[in-house]
Amino acid sequence: MIKNVNQISEQAFLLDFGDEVTREINQNVINTFNFISKKMQKNNPLGLKNCVPSYNKLLIHFNPSKKNKDELTNFLNGIERLQTESSVNIDEVEIPVCYDEEFALDIKDVSKKTKINEDLIINSHLSTQFFVYMIGFMPGLPFMGDLETNLNVPRLMTPRLQVPPGSVGIVDKFCVIYPNQSPGGWNIIGRTPIKLFDKNKIKATLLNPGSKVKICKISKKEFLEIQKINE
Amino acid sequence: MSNCYFSVERAGIYTTFQDSGYDFLQHFGVTTGGVVDNNLFITANKLLGNDDNEPVIEFAYQGPRLRLEAGNVQIAVTGNVHFIISKKSENFRETIGECFQTYQLKEGDIIDILATKSSIYGYLSISGGFKLNKYNNSGSTLVRSEIGSNDGRKIQENQLIEFNKESLNEKLKQVSFPSTDKSNVIRVIEGPQENFFSSETINQFYNSPFTISKSADRMGIRLDGNQITSKQSPNIPSEGIVKGSVQVPGDGNPIVLMVDHPTIGGYPKIATVILKDIAKLAQLSFGKEIRFEKISIETAEDLFYENQNDLKEIFKTISNVKKN
Repeated sequence: MIKNVNQISEQAFLLDFGDEVTREINQNVINTFNFISKKMQKNNPLGLKNCVPSYNKLLIHFNPSKKNKDELTNFLNGIERLQTESSVNIDEVEIPVCYDEEFALDIKDVSKKTKINEDLIINSHLSTQFFVYMIGFMPGLPFMGDLETNLNVPRLMTPRLQVPPGSVGIVDKFCVIYPNQSPGGWNIIGRTPIKLFDKNKIKATLLNPGSKVKICKISKKEFLEIQKINE
Repeated sequence: MSNCYFSVERAGIYTTFQDSGYDFLQHFGVTTGGVVDNNLFITANKLLGNDDNEPVIEFAYQGPRLRLEAGNVQIAVTGNVHFIISKKSENFRETIGECFQTYQLKEGDIIDILATKSSIYGYLSISGGFKLNKYNNSGSTLVRSEIGSNDGRKIQENQLIEFNKESLNEKLKQVSFPSTDKSNVIRVIEGPQENFFSSETINQFYNSPFTISKSADRMGIRLDGNQITSKQSPNIPSEGIVKGSVQVPGDGNPIVLMVDHPTIGGYPKIATVILKDIAKLAQLSFGKEIRFEKISIETAEDLFYENQNDLKEIFKTISNVKKN
């Protein structure tokens, strides 16, 4: 349910779906995102420039003009009536992750802080059916939830200046994968050899907002093999 | 290799190809990017009869020194920029260039963009545009993500810069561009999380000055001298961001997000700088003092439309340069 339609700048509306971070609310955000995206692909009559889903908000950028604003205001205020059930196929993606010591930079600390042993942390990660709440911060970075066991582990006190590409991080019930080297404050528990963002591909990102993700465990040998193929 | 290109004898400090930036990629985490100062950008293209959105070279502080190795081309520089043109036919005698007018460069000539004056960003356009590999219909460069023109990198020393076509035209153009507004007031509208701040803090935000810190670039401008604290948690569930957002991280020093901002962010936003004043703020150098003034969104929209009309009036002043 859209609680509010707020114009937050000359060129943007923020649709507010609530304050809580739940999968249900996020699914509503993503359904609306998919609905508006389709409209943008077809000759874009509303002058839209971007549509950015997040946990419980949807940001809509448009080309400011009196005509666009009036039409967009009407469209957004009636959007819930127009929207039918999400007819977008939800893609399901399997992502291989290696949890070897060399890659799982923080798993020992997470285990100490949560008093849950490393194998259980890994098993919880492997048995979770992840859902992509949003993609952002850097190109292709998915924010995924909800970990089957909420580990309640906070961000690192001091963020790393350089997280290696492919690193898999956890905070609370969420999981991210860093597509490229970047600064970052999440607890790193493994690494994937596959590329989540490849600017040379027509569809540059592996995942979409709303994608379902399963993790499968691979050995270091397999990690290196897959990495070689992807180069 | 085409038969029209410059060589880069000095790259400058932050020299990139830019246009109006990327559309419809933010949901994949790819930001809009594009020029910081839109009026200067469009004027640079208009002077040469280019499309409004033809990619140009944006430079900051010190620009590049370019030698025209092959071909003939007209150029224009916009901003408040100190630059020198040295013509081969005049034994490389240095003449100081004027902004907001076109110049004809011939093979062997040099343009040396030495510095922006009391400002940060300036623009170099060429007739017919640069030859670039566009990504998703834009020629903009996102340096942090390594996306866009020039393999996603700043322009480098010793590289070559190709352009699309030769042009020889001795008829040079000029435009009368108004000097920048000298006031230190930056107008904003209420931010999406103004309610995270107490009324005292909001008063403080609008009544005490801030200074531009050294951390100011295409991603954001950090402000010093006046710490703001939120009454609630310093974090919100991450949400989409617009250019001009004034976010307040836990340390209380606000950051105004600029063209290369991250697509989502988790800090509360007390205000949003209006589109009309974004370039004015971005052009202020380290140590300059500013004050925020709150206006309504309707006024901000009127100012945006007014700016579009002002630009049309400016373009009407494009005329031939009189030869002395």
